[in-house]
Amino acid sequence: MFAGRAFGHPGETAGEVVFNTSMCGYQEILTDPSYAGQIVVMTYPHIGNYGTNEKDEESQRPYAEGFVAREFSSISSNWRSSEELESYLKRHKIVAICGVDTRALVRHIRSLGAMRGVISSVDADPDRLMEKARSARSMLGCDLASWVTCKDPYAIAAPPRDPAEEKFRVIAYDYGIKRNILNNLLRIGCDLLVVPASTSAEEVLSLSPDGVFLSNGPGDPEPLGYAVANIRKLLGRVPVFGICLGHQLMGLAFGGKTYKLKFGHRGGNQPVKNLLTGKVEITAQNHGFAVDPDSLNSNEVACTHMNLNDQTLEGIRHRNLPAFSVQYHPEASPGPHDSHYLFDQFKRLMLKFRKYQCPSEPI
Amino acid sequence: MPKRTDLKKILIIGSGPIVIGQACEFDYSGTQACKALKSEGFKVVLVNSNPATIMTDPELADRTYIEPLTPESVSAIIARERPDALLPTVGGQTGLNVSVELAKSGVLDHYGVEMIGAKLRAVEIAEDRRLFKDAMTEIGLQSARSQIVKNMAEAKECLSAIGLPAIIRPSFTLGGFGGGTAFNTEEYEFIVSRGLDISPVHEVLVEQSLIGWKEFELEVMRDLADNVVIICPIENFDPMGVHTGDSITVAPAQTLSDKEYQQMRDAAIRIIRKVGVETGGSNIQFAVNPENGDLVVIEMNPRVSRSSALASKATGFPIAKIAAKLAVGLALDEIPNDITKKTPASFEPTIDYVVVKIPKWNFEKFKEADPTLGIQMKSVGEVMAIGRTFKEAFLKATRSLEKGKTLTSEKVFPKNLDHFLVTPMPERMAYLHYALCADWPLEEIHRRTKIDPWFLNQLKEIVDMGKRLQEHTRADLPPELLRECKRQGFSDQSIAELLRPAGGNGVSEIQVRQLRREAGIRPVYKRVDTCAAEFESHTPYLYSTYESECEANPTAAKKIMVLGSGPNRIGQGIEFDYCCCHAAFALKEAGYETIMVNCNPETVSTDYDTSDRLYFEPLTFEDVMEIVEVEKPDGVIVQFGGQTPLNLALRLQRAGVPIIGTAPESIDLAEDRKRFGRLLQDLKIPQPQNGTALCPEEAREVAAAIGYPVLVRPSYVLGGRAMSIVYDEASLDDYMRTAVEASPEHPVLIDRFLESAFEYDVDALCDGDQVVIAGVMEHIEEAGIHSGDSTCVLPPVMIDHVLLERMKQYARRLGRELKVVGLMNIQFAIQKETVFVLEVNPRASRTVPYVSKATGIPLAKIAARLMTGEKLRDLGFVEDLRVRHCFVKSPVFPFNKFPGVDTVLGPEMKSTGEVMGVADGFGIAFAKAQLSAGLRLPREGTVFVSVNDRDKPGLLPIAKDLQSLGFRLLATGGTQQFLERNGVQSERVFKAGEGRPNIIDLIKSRKIDLIINTPWGERSRHEGRAIRRAAIQHTIAGITTLSGAAAAANAIRTLRRENFTVQSLQEYHHAEESQRTWLYVKG
Ligand SMILES: Nc1ncnc2c1ncn2[C@@H]1O[C@H](COP(=O)(O)OP(=O)(O)O)[C@@H](O)[C@H]1O
Ligand SMILES: Nc1ncnc2c1ncn2[C@@H]1O[C@H](COP(=O)(O)OP(=O)(O)O)[C@@H](O)[C@H]1O
Ligand SMILES: [Mg+2]
Ligand SMILES: [Mg+2]
Repeated sequence: MFAGRAFGHPGETAGEVVFNTSMCGYQEILTDPSYAGQIVVMTYPHIGNYGTNEKDEESQRPYAEGFVAREFSSISSNWRSSEELESYLKRHKIVAICGVDTRALVRHIRSLGAMRGVISSVDADPDRLMEKARSARSMLGCDLASWVTCKDPYAIAAPPRDPAEEKFRVIAYDYGIKRNILNNLLRIGCDLLVVPASTSAEEVLSLSPDGVFLSNGPGDPEPLGYAVANIRKLLGRVPVFGICLGHQLMGLAFGGKTYKLKFGHRGGNQPVKNLLTGKVEITAQNHGFAVDPDSLNSNEVACTHMNLNDQTLEGIRHRNLPAFSVQYHPEASPGPHDSHYLFDQFKRLMLKFRKYQCPSEPI
Repeated sequence: MPKRTDLKKILIIGSGPIVIGQACEFDYSGTQACKALKSEGFKVVLVNSNPATIMTDPELADRTYIEPLTPESVSAIIARERPDALLPTVGGQTGLNVSVELAKSGVLDHYGVEMIGAKLRAVEIAEDRRLFKDAMTEIGLQSARSQIVKNMAEAKECLSAIGLPAIIRPSFTLGGFGGGTAFNTEEYEFIVSRGLDISPVHEVLVEQSLIGWKEFELEVMRDLADNVVIICPIENFDPMGVHTGDSITVAPAQTLSDKEYQQMRDAAIRIIRKVGVETGGSNIQFAVNPENGDLVVIEMNPRVSRSSALASKATGFPIAKIAAKLAVGLALDEIPNDITKKTPASFEPTIDYVVVKIPKWNFEKFKEADPTLGIQMKSVGEVMAIGRTFKEAFLKATRSLEKGKTLTSEKVFPKNLDHFLVTPMPERMAYLHYALCADWPLEEIHRRTKIDPWFLNQLKEIVDMGKRLQEHTRADLPPELLRECKRQGFSDQSIAELLRPAGGNGVSEIQVRQLRREAGIRPVYKRVDTCAAEFESHTPYLYSTYESECEANPTAAKKIMVLGSGPNRIGQGIEFDYCCCHAAFALKEAGYETIMVNCNPETVSTDYDTSDRLYFEPLTFEDVMEIVEVEKPDGVIVQFGGQTPLNLALRLQRAGVPIIGTAPESIDLAEDRKRFGRLLQDLKIPQPQNGTALCPEEAREVAAAIGYPVLVRPSYVLGGRAMSIVYDEASLDDYMRTAVEASPEHPVLIDRFLESAFEYDVDALCDGDQVVIAGVMEHIEEAGIHSGDSTCVLPPVMIDHVLLERMKQYARRLGRELKVVGLMNIQFAIQKETVFVLEVNPRASRTVPYVSKATGIPLAKIAARLMTGEKLRDLGFVEDLRVRHCFVKSPVFPFNKFPGVDTVLGPEMKSTGEVMGVADGFGIAFAKAQLSAGLRLPREGTVFVSVNDRDKPGLLPIAKDLQSLGFRLLATGGTQQFLERNGVQSERVFKAGEGRPNIIDLIKSRKIDLIINTPWGERSRHEGRAIRRAAIQHTIAGITTLSGAAAAANAIRTLRRENFTVQSLQEYHHAEESQRTWLYVKG
């Protein structure tokens, strides 16, 4: 039980309580569909200082179930701001709470692992709230992607550019895709068709794309058997690039296993080592599950990236097929831009494949 | 990338004396670098002219040179030590400049010394504003429009391109000296012409003004594998136009969206790569246009800086330590994060609290100085505070400043409100507070100050909370409101001041404290862990806040708590931090758990590995008591942190805190004029006649009874109100009027001023009954010039044996009588054959580090052991310490930062730092000290002499001496005639106004090599000042006392005979002795 002051939309909400250690970028976090079903605790105490604006939306609306901070700013001060956080939260009916000892809450989660919780401005009875928290849906085993994926496919054309430069037709599976991923794909010259999570491999292949992208998304990859099945069919037929949930699905498609991390990685300061170059990237991350490297067949699959904090797997590529993926968020937003190069790597992979159907990007 | 094995021995260059803009943050970085490189198995050679530093402790480096930081002496050290590499990036601007000179002059190549960390080229690009600007343009980054100007015509011309206001920076002046901001053409022409005049190459840079833009700093780390991380974004509360060193700064940045921050981060990474700083910490400053987010690069410091010290303390990421390891080839991911142990240093710290730094100024000591804050730094110190919110951190920082008053009780003059809001000055915060209390709309305040509305709104929330308090009396104050106030950071003191008095009588801090405790409102302690609690912290680096969970978990060990000295200020600086660190080291060695409490981010004491536990907290009664109650230490040490903890001693003891060392009663006795006077009488120790007065009339009587001249000072000083020497009744009345205002309830103290008396400082160790004299220092300047401002020599060179013994006797008597346990400092003045006691400080003094370096005995360490009950005898001390060789300490003054301020010395301390010169004889030791202090004594040339009548007789031998050394003598009328009459030939020169070319002209055209000018008394003071200012501006050795002149002549004589040689402390204190030192220090 943490008592605090209600903020944003009055009411009650339940979900898995997770914490994010980014010091800014709260709007991008709120609108990241991967947070569907989760109550997000910001470790940085002051949230809302620079307000909100259209440009920082990562999707049509906030997906977080609830929002917790030590202190929400009563004003917004930034030339980019078009709306203050409070009215933004109210408008989107996001229940939030402030004034709680967020550090204590984070330490609680760190030691006991991500857990279900409830925020309420209508009910103050500890026992009832405890009950509600217990009965909140658990992430494990439920297909959250199906909630957040687009209902119908939609196309976005790459911005006009020098005709000399290559263009690609890329199909992006939307498991809860972030806007900035689309922007990065457009940047490298992709004409995009964003398709629902359930779209079959056959449909995709029938459009003979230059590449397929597997997006980020909320929750547990295990229940997405249908997605894994589709990816299996795509492997080798077309270059595939996956991010976050997309990476976990790739891992499963490669025959690996995934598992739930104790409290996940959420923040913009995670050190990841690129095992091919030895370089360290500071990465944006947001995931509660991970691919188990030992579950992968090392003759077929190469581990390309590793998290230096806890040695968990952050990136893989297939040795013989044109497919690779990373657990973290090279598109950042919020977070550092160190890993943008991965999109260009995807571009090179598509180029090669187009030229000589070459199976894989040489190391 | 593995550590380099081709390097064995590395030279580290320190930053020299504490000066404005370069304080003990570089002792912190240098110390970390030494430790880091030693721990990696390298041999470390260190050079620094500042004896008051931890880094110059013989244990820290393999070879420690306390020598001038000039190319000559450093190359001599290189020639002797033959290091493989030089680390130029941890010694501030001084260290960097010397390194660059050595590289350019080919010394490094000649001896095959590699510059590691930053190569010459990179440093040049970063330091030369033109090269830097071009580099920025090449990578597509904006910098302020600017133009080089070589004369007035060009200046007028470029104005059209640059526009007003304009920033003017003279080229190649020390620390941007002579720069400024021009708001109109008049100011513009004035500053430009002054700049052209001052600049050695007669050139100034005229730059587009970005005043009012938001200012940010990023601390960037890079390793040889080209991994780059940002340690911390810092936002300036005061917008562009106020030097970051004079700005309130806040970590992390508060008003940037992620998009903007990442753009800045990308820029920083591009910059460090473009400039080519290979490894380690760099500091990059940006300006952001609040209207549209335009990003402009201000500058890059290719080295660790004041801000990197701040960022290290703010995040727990030890920038200098890591930088040193990166410089020898380690990669960020090969270095573990000390605090989490499990994770690597290749990450970007994230914090779950707010850090606020507030500067401290000392303008009251420089009355003629312009207190307007601008592009040149003027503050002498700073405090940092950590809180869970900005408001909490801000209020904690405010009370850490030790202003003696709270924001609410600051004096403001409403009619000046506008002026004080528009013009940044130290008082601005008080006026902001006033305006907010007066319900000024934020827009109005923002329009005048350009301070970001977010910050203003935070302050407003503080003020509003205060207003809510004012509606209540102690009786009807709801606990919830009290808790809210504490959560916002209000001190018990300020709450007491705000509460409405009930039935006429006000509320006391203690009463609020009781209320709070009855309501169970107590702080908890949270940890600084670099990762916002994502990983477990193994380092107890703590700050207080009012939350639910406490992470202090104190141990059951036997523990001792050391109270630090708070912000640096003139009179209380690094020397005291040095003592606190030594206490921690010694007690750790003796098996105690050590707890440090301090709020100064520049220091070594606030390094989390100096003590076992670090509480980064204000040094107030309230904050200290709360820590004591959590930790329950077995002893608390108050005598090392200067006046700050001493002022708390009695209250703490009465509250039941176990103070160890000299009893607070004795401390009190020594400071209580009347009682102490009686004690001296009983002990038959002479003291200058003295009395006290409350009003001008009384003062006259007392003075008349004592006889002029007298030395007057307020008994209780808020922010160091002047002490001065008064020669007649008129000036006495004058003084009384100003002084008494300073603090009505306290009388003014009047002492007989001992004319032409020799002054001595004595430091002694005492265990309650036995006293060991550690050092007797002879001042070069006579009594009347503050001990902290006079050059002194150890051992004494002129004193007669009998008097020396008498001083020691007195010291012993006083030590026993006051039952001193630990350190004691006594100031004596000897007039004719009488030894007077000027004052006794039963605490560690400013001279402790100097005496420790001179004797090779770590006094503070021993004192700490004495406080825990050990006896001098047990530690192997029976007779007084002896000093081989000659150790001269010279002060360093901030005059070049304050145009227009007179450089004449007096009884009020003005120096910010000190240097030490060591040699076998006085002459060279003195010359070295002078050189380190920035005065190069000429071996030949022209001397200008002009002294007051009191000094004329004394001038004769000196003049003769100089002449016999072949100097040409110039003198002003009176002095010239006097010399003439006494058979010394000299040429007359005009004073300003008597004709041209006058002496000022000669100085400007560099026709003078040495200036001896003692003040001519109040009347014609401005005349002398003009001369002394000119000397400062053109860095000509200027001496303002006869005794100083005599010493200089003596030094010059020796200089012409022999040359400097350099030697390390380890060699000065031969093996067996330092062995001994070890034995007992280790215990
Ligand atoms: N073009 C400018 N317009 C307004 N203020 C400036 C400008 N350039 C610098 N400043 C202010 O002057 C301060 C010192 O300038 P800086 O270039 O950092 O010199 P330093 O080497 O002394 O730090 C900065 O912190 C900033 O506040
Ligand atoms: N009676 C005196 N006669 C001459 N000089 C004095 C006398 N008292 C103090 N001074 C000078 O003033 C300086 C400061 O006085 P002191 O009592 O030491 O104050 P502080 O507490 O600031 O050190 C001394 O170092 C000494 O040079
Ligand atoms: Mg600067
Ligand atoms: Mg003194």
